[in-house]
Amino acid sequence: MANPRPAREEPCAIRLAGVSKSYGRAGQFAILDIDLSIARGSFVAMVGHSGSGKTTLLKCINRLIEPDDGAIVIDGEPARTRPAHELRRHIGYVFQGIGLFPHLSVAENIGITPDLLGWPRAEIAGRVTELLDLVELPTDFGARMPAALSGGQRQRIGIARALAARPEILLMDEPFGALDPVTRETLGNACRRLHDRLGLTTVMVTHDIFEAVLLADRIVVLREGEIVADDTPRALLIDPPDEDVRSLMAMPLRQAKRVRALLDGWHEGGAG
Amino acid sequence: MTDGAFASALRVLPEFLGYHVLLSAAALALSIVLSVPLAVIASRSPRLRWPLLSFVSLVQTIPGLALMALFYPILLALSLAWERLTGEGFSALGFLPALLALTLYSMLPVVRNIATGFANLDPALIEAAHGVGMTGRQRLRRIELPLVAPYAMAGIRTAAVWVIGTATLATPVGQTSLGNYIFSGLQTENWVWVLFGCAVSALLALAVDQLLALIDSGIARRRRGRIRAGILLLLAGVLAAAFTVLMPASRSGYVVGAKNFTEQYILADLIGQRLEAAGHGAAVRSGLGSAVAFRALAEGDVDVYVDYSGTIWANVMHRADHPPRDVMLREMTDWLQRRHGVVLVGSLGFENAYALAMRRDRATALGVRTIADLAGPAPRLTIGGDYEFFVRPEWASVRDGYGLRFGRMREFQSTFMYRALVDGEVDVISAFSSDGRIAADRLIVLADPRHRIPPYDAILLVSPKRARDGDLMAALTPLVGAISIDEMREANFMVDRPEGARSPAAAARWLGARIAAPVGD
Repeated sequence: MANPRPAREEPCAIRLAGVSKSYGRAGQFAILDIDLSIARGSFVAMVGHSGSGKTTLLKCINRLIEPDDGAIVIDGEPARTRPAHELRRHIGYVFQGIGLFPHLSVAENIGITPDLLGWPRAEIAGRVTELLDLVELPTDFGARMPAALSGGQRQRIGIARALAARPEILLMDEPFGALDPVTRETLGNACRRLHDRLGLTTVMVTHDIFEAVLLADRIVVLREGEIVADDTPRALLIDPPDEDVRSLMAMPLRQAKRVRALLDGWHEGGAG
Repeated sequence: MTDGAFASALRVLPEFLGYHVLLSAAALALSIVLSVPLAVIASRSPRLRWPLLSFVSLVQTIPGLALMALFYPILLALSLAWERLTGEGFSALGFLPALLALTLYSMLPVVRNIATGFANLDPALIEAAHGVGMTGRQRLRRIELPLVAPYAMAGIRTAAVWVIGTATLATPVGQTSLGNYIFSGLQTENWVWVLFGCAVSALLALAVDQLLALIDSGIARRRRGRIRAGILLLLAGVLAAAFTVLMPASRSGYVVGAKNFTEQYILADLIGQRLEAAGHGAAVRSGLGSAVAFRALAEGDVDVYVDYSGTIWANVMHRADHPPRDVMLREMTDWLQRRHGVVLVGSLGFENAYALAMRRDRATALGVRTIADLAGPAPRLTIGGDYEFFVRPEWASVRDGYGLRFGRMREFQSTFMYRALVDGEVDVISAFSSDGRIAADRLIVLADPRHRIPPYDAILLVSPKRARDGDLMAALTPLVGAISIDEMREANFMVDRPEGARSPAAAARWLGARIAAPVGD
């Protein structure tokens, strides 16, 4: 499906054209002929069922997965013009499994990309303090080892690490999937604040429609490797393009209604 | 045993331990240097993983001693090829075969543990390493190797204990190690020495393991101090070993060779004592295999040792004829000089021939007095031999000359061979005519009426590089013709007797005192 929005005047942070990736001998497509433009400063959520290709699409952006076909342009420059590791140093990436290096301290984890970029030691130290502050953790956390942190604290460090080298693009793969609901909401909101404050372009893969609706400016729905819907949360909630998307988007509304009904019922029961 | 056994063990401890530490450290270091890249390759390429791990496992199944022995012919061929290429060969004995065998032997735990470490790495961490922008090499150095390090350390600790234990087997290929206590102790029934060798090697293994554990905990807890302390202490140990081993050698010492039986220990000590009395340094390199000893001499690894004319005639010159004694000695002297540049200084004056010996009562019961009498009862009898005897040409000569077909043939370490004969487990053994145990155990030596066993005069051989060494010759010449068969038997028996046994060095001093000519001036 083609991008429903016409290209605007502002340059795209990320542009994908005709990107395909297949796996295995059978050549089954994980994503097929994807065209997608992501405007600078937008917060895009990619949703869909497991196996819909949303994670493959995200990893194609920083070349953790190399597509079989198609072109990827980051900030007006084709992604393949420089080595993959250099590209990745300029794109923040938050992992589903968090992926903190267990043998490095929190400060070393946060400072790893600046270190790879050859920043001076003092500058890295300053940046680590700044980032701990940014993700709302005390500065003395820098000396701790990842094993000594809670799940939520670890993912805050994961976000700090992704932002360490001051990237303009932040990719997140199910970043809050492993966290408890309270931490999840707190961290989601913190993330959105960071996005606004730092003027990032954020692409987040999630299977949680609630999260997508509440955090993103734009939701891209994937099904069997193809984009089936792409619009603002509000537009998709009110006017979904097909039945499948309607049922997907209806879930948060349905749940909200149930909670409301339960609360009302409880009130009635409590009153009567 | 004797009151002197422990003291004598302590006296040679610096040398034995020093060599043992150097050999073990070199093998372990080489093993680590080779294993790490191999394990990385194995973990990167599934196609190479199986053959690599299979190879290191296969090496493990070869007994340690056999592995060292196997390296000898390989190295010898290499040395000859190298000599043809550059004009200078290297020694195929001693340090090199021991080092290579131990290295190969210790690679299994290191390679396998590192490969396991790589296999257990969390794929999420590998993706994270890519995601933060690491190159392949940065990922290996910053993430994979540090995370695999604890596995590697576990493998290195296992390898270290193995290497230190197995290094005792370096003695038979001519490398001094703590195995010298064990092998010569076994030969002379000096159990204090055997126990001493085992205990020191066990203590060394424990100490090294503790130091490696210190490094290990330093890695795990990110304490650089512990890692540094562990490495420094290990290095200090190796340096101390190198110091003790290399220092005495710098006093221009002679190396006296000895094969692995009592008489050889005594004669080597005797030569060593004479050299020291004349103001020279001398070190005994004992426990050499029979074939190993001559090659070590020809290559100059050993300066002097005592061999036996029949052995050189049959095994080195590959002669099957039996000329009279004086003709044989003359031809041998010429041949050794021509072919190897080895100097035959002369006979010591006694013979240590292979002989067939029996218990007196058993021989009487069977009516056996000469080897010829054995042909009849042989199919009902068991013959015991040392590890060499049955593959030697002398045995073929005796067997075929008298038509001997024994019911059973068994091989023993020579101490146990005599025990087996006395206990009646075997009926006939391959004895040596100068062996003190012949008299001690009241054995009879069977006559050889057809002269199938060539003469075995004890002869002094000097290496090509010492051929013109006047000091050495001056110390050795008085020994020519100076030791009678009775004296040698008595000296051998001093060491081999079950009650009040003496050390080879003490027997050598006794023998030295009997030799009239004073040493030096």
